[in-house]
Amino acid sequence: MTVRTDTADVLAAPVADDHAAVREAAPYTNPYLAGIGLGLVLLAAFVIMGRGLGASGAFKAFTAWATNLVAPGYAHSRTFLADYLSDPTTSPLNDWLVFEVVGVFAGGLISALLARRVRLGVEKGPRVTTGVRLLLAFGGGALSAVGAAIARGCTSGQALTGGALLNLGSWIFMLSVFAGAYGLAYFVRGEWR
Amino acid sequence: MMAPFFKFGLFGDEASLVVAFVIGIGFGFFLERAGFASARKLVSQFYLNDLAVFKVMFTAIVTAMLGVTYLSWMGVLDLSQVYLVPTFVVPQIVGGLVLGAGFVIGGYCPGTSAVSIATGKLDGLLFALGLLGGTLAFAELLPHIQGFFSMTSIGTTTIPVYFNLPYGLVVFAVVLMALGGFYGAGLIERAFAKRA
Repeated sequence: MTVRTDTADVLAAPVADDHAAVREAAPYTNPYLAGIGLGLVLLAAFVIMGRGLGASGAFKAFTAWATNLVAPGYAHSRTFLADYLSDPTTSPLNDWLVFEVVGVFAGGLISALLARRVRLGVEKGPRVTTGVRLLLAFGGGALSAVGAAIARGCTSGQALTGGALLNLGSWIFMLSVFAGAYGLAYFVRGEWR
Repeated sequence: MMAPFFKFGLFGDEASLVVAFVIGIGFGFFLERAGFASARKLVSQFYLNDLAVFKVMFTAIVTAMLGVTYLSWMGVLDLSQVYLVPTFVVPQIVGGLVLGAGFVIGGYCPGTSAVSIATGKLDGLLFALGLLGGTLAFAELLPHIQGFFSMTSIGTTTIPVYFNLPYGLVVFAVVLMALGGFYGAGLIERAFAKRA
């Protein structure tokens, strides 16, 4: 009895420490280091592919694919979706940006696992309910899709990629994104703080 | 001159999808490292107490910009073969404002929402579903706003080409602007830290 208790006590301390370590997420990387890493990935895309990064285009391709599954007639009747459906021999998912965004998902998961940051939850300020936050997340996503469609790209495909290439329209877009977000920040502060 | 490799036929369409996946892993990895799977971290940019979005974005832009500039000067990279999104002045102003609004309301942009889902954020998932809904809505809207959608089109152009400035001068100006911005970002963060 005494021996077992002693052994358990000896083992208990490091085990408890291990659990504490498992729960604690690592701090984020210095923003300038993360930025250099991101810039080198973007540079690799330019050098290897002759194109930059993107995100909204993948969601567009996915929407075209899903709509075509449910309502093919409707999908073909809307130019914005039909662009992806013109070749019946290949799937709209057989697309560079779709594969890239699947990679984004995987890369984010790898980084978060290494830093112990994978956790089911909802990001919101203390004054807003989860239901309202989820509704606003959906609405914000819908607005972002419309904005990206009008602008021919999002923060990745326009601001980041075109920014590095000194693309005139990308810089106009980037300044407008910051203007739009700063302009509205005050009115939605209850969601975040 | 041998880059972009894909444009010079070093590999084909199928291999390009593998490249897409690998590049995507790098993209997602550094977005998550920076903390951009978190909506609260991202929107802090707009409440001025944490300007990581600006710092990461402009460090990435400067890094990639200097890379393409030097590789092009060394004759390794043919910049004319790198795809540029065409410029539509008014749609890109309006689209930017709308996406900026979506960013501060939804907490993410399309790329960061993918990373947030990977780390278990339900709000990131709802944002992505919103992207699908918004795409459907836009497909419905497009025939009615075709005039606006294609107005003020000036084709593919860059700041140095459009304003007839030397390329190197614009690169230098962006670097100076970024360095000034990084210095200013530190001051702003310290000024707004107490209200966080």
